[in-house]
Amino acid sequence: MSNNDAVSRRDLLRVAGLSILAGGTLTLAEAQHVHQIAATEGAYRPKALTAHEYRSLSTLADLIIPADEVSPGAVAAGAPAWIDLLASQSSELTNIYTGGIAWLDTEMHRRVGTNFVDAKPSDQIALVDLIAYRKNGTGELAPGVRFLDWARKMVVDGFYSSPLGTKDLGYQGNSAVSKFEVPQEAIDYALQRSPFGK
Amino acid sequence: MLQIAPRSSVADVVIIGSGAGGGTVTQVLTELGISVTLLEAGPMLHPSKDFKEHWWPHQTPDRGMGAGGSRYFGKSPYPFGLYDAGYGDWELDGEPYTVAPGDKFRWYRSRIVGGRTNHYGRISLRFADYDFTPHSRDGVGTDWPITYDDLAPYYDKAESFIGVTGSKEGIRSAPDGIFQPCPPPRVHEVLVQRACKQLNIPCIPSRLAVITQPTHGRPACHYCAQCSRGCLTGSNYSASQTQIFPAMKTGRVNLIANAMARELITDSSGKVIAVSYIDKVTRTEKQIKCRAAVVACGACESSRLLLNSKSSRYPNGLANGSGQIGRNLTDSVGYSLSARIPALENLPRHNSDGMGGMHVYVPWWLWEKKDLGFPRGYHIEVGGGFGMPGPGQFHGLCARHEGYGKDLKTYLRSQYGTSVNLAGRGEHVPNPNTYCEIDPAVVDKFGIPVLRFHFQWTDNELKQATHMHETFTAILETMGGTITRAAPKPVEGDGISVGGEIIHELGTVRMGNDPQTSALNKYCQAHETKNLFVADAAPFLSNPDKNPTLTINALAWRTAEYLAEEMRKGDV
Repeated sequence: MSNNDAVSRRDLLRVAGLSILAGGTLTLAEAQHVHQIAATEGAYRPKALTAHEYRSLSTLADLIIPADEVSPGAVAAGAPAWIDLLASQSSELTNIYTGGIAWLDTEMHRRVGTNFVDAKPSDQIALVDLIAYRKNGTGELAPGVRFLDWARKMVVDGFYSSPLGTKDLGYQGNSAVSKFEVPQEAIDYALQRSPFGK
Repeated sequence: MLQIAPRSSVADVVIIGSGAGGGTVTQVLTELGISVTLLEAGPMLHPSKDFKEHWWPHQTPDRGMGAGGSRYFGKSPYPFGLYDAGYGDWELDGEPYTVAPGDKFRWYRSRIVGGRTNHYGRISLRFADYDFTPHSRDGVGTDWPITYDDLAPYYDKAESFIGVTGSKEGIRSAPDGIFQPCPPPRVHEVLVQRACKQLNIPCIPSRLAVITQPTHGRPACHYCAQCSRGCLTGSNYSASQTQIFPAMKTGRVNLIANAMARELITDSSGKVIAVSYIDKVTRTEKQIKCRAAVVACGACESSRLLLNSKSSRYPNGLANGSGQIGRNLTDSVGYSLSARIPALENLPRHNSDGMGGMHVYVPWWLWEKKDLGFPRGYHIEVGGGFGMPGPGQFHGLCARHEGYGKDLKTYLRSQYGTSVNLAGRGEHVPNPNTYCEIDPAVVDKFGIPVLRFHFQWTDNELKQATHMHETFTAILETMGGTITRAAPKPVEGDGISVGGEIIHELGTVRMGNDPQTSALNKYCQAHETKNLFVADAAPFLSNPDKNPTLTINALAWRTAEYLAEEMRKGDV
């Protein structure tokens, strides 16, 4: 990684699809992580999933945790790669994803005649809008609802356990400080909203 | 194959086990000029390598979910979380234990220098004066052969040496000690304190074995909240870093790691003359001769070693003429309840790490009430704050909120840091159905017979756990939280912890004045074998609503001073 210094921050962000953060700042850990993603972007070879399955999972992952004004989305944070890594160590987990993605493809074919990943975003959203809720999980959509529950918790895990997700939440710890203090502003905020008042 | 250890000179004192008790005895004896041989069943501890302080989840490929995401399938690849320094587990490969049919018990064992003190919760509470006289107080249990006043000077010594936070409160159930300043309450802890005030429940600064001032050459806490991973600066108490490593600098410690004690060998006069152990590295059995032996393996393991030390003179095991070894096993009553607190939604971000544990806690406050329907009490531990993000933390929120996309992302951000957890730790009164014994049919991979556990809660503990649920509900609702879980069923795993799960097992080699009903005298010296001592929680007569470690430190300190004096006088 001796050529790290030669890679400009802009290059990193561009390759990792992080232009949304142009005005933000990256810590060293985040920059290194982005670099890892960037280094493998396009070249990531899934270990458990096929290229098609991995592309489908990535599309689904960015639907579950999209980029917004605070942070990039699940793919930029490496969530699909992490899921694929775990799946490569467990046939049980692999089957959940291969089966779930195949179900998405079959259902999308039935609806609009394409695979899930090749469907228009509006068609993808129309399907995910249904399978993202347990109330739709009793009939024919049941396998989809069950799969989305898996994908949701694992994409969420992959995102928030990454440096980008940690920054999204605003976690400021894991540091060494000589004095521990609690900001009065935070205490006042909570008290004002609590049953105790100010 | 049996080999006599080549260093055939007789060790002054062999100490078996390097946790809170063994560490304290090592420290005190070496300070008094006595050489010790310390046996530890696990490997040497190398903090710079073994402690994963300040690591992020993403620095480990599975990030804490286990290979193949095993945690998603109900497994516990890291029983106390990624990077925990326990170096143990509920099941150890090749070292089984058994549980009697119909009973439930779990036994957490660490195998490393320092034992469970490398990762424990650091909660350091003195027992109250009345905790030493349970039978006199309410007719249940057995009185200790010592009083609070006997032990108080040793609480002083232990607190001064290891460093404990706290404040003078004058509460009888929670005697004051020698304290270092406790850092201020976090935001959620301020809310807990407000709620407790409304409910007339005390909620006071925490008493943790964490130094907030430089102490005996150790730097003060740097407030990273990662005590359970082991502390690279040694700013919390662990037997390894606080006691054993410094004691090694005296040149009086012969530390033998990977040494699994098998048996204490006695001579015709009944004295312990040697300790037989398995060298795990070479798989050979060795013996080390000694002038005195201190058993400090952790209560159950200590009783196992004594029960396995049979001879024609001691057919029921060493020091077991009373038949009490293995009996009187207790754990703490555990119950916990969490709620999301709306007042904490979108709380302005700040570093809320602090010490590795709560900054406030609730000592037992109803010790004068006689009409609770159960004897004894519990304390309450408080959890919450902006913890280090990691996988698993949002599973409950995902299931509750469902959906996806920007809406889900915004929701999770708003809820981060809003969960407050209250955990009770209550007194379990010994009962005849709760004990451990040697399983006649099972040995471990070293050929050493293993323990079989019997464990039963009684109505006392179940009612206490129900009281915890009602109290926690009141506190959390007073803070504005909503309790969504159904009223717990009074069974293990729902309304009360499974026996052993709180890892406060103790009482199995109890002390007393009467050799007919106890194994040890009031100095934790075996009634029947004058050069044999026990220095962990096995000698305890009761298991009050205080975590046992500080009392292990204090009692072991007292035992070590007594042993040193007996050796000086030539009586041992």
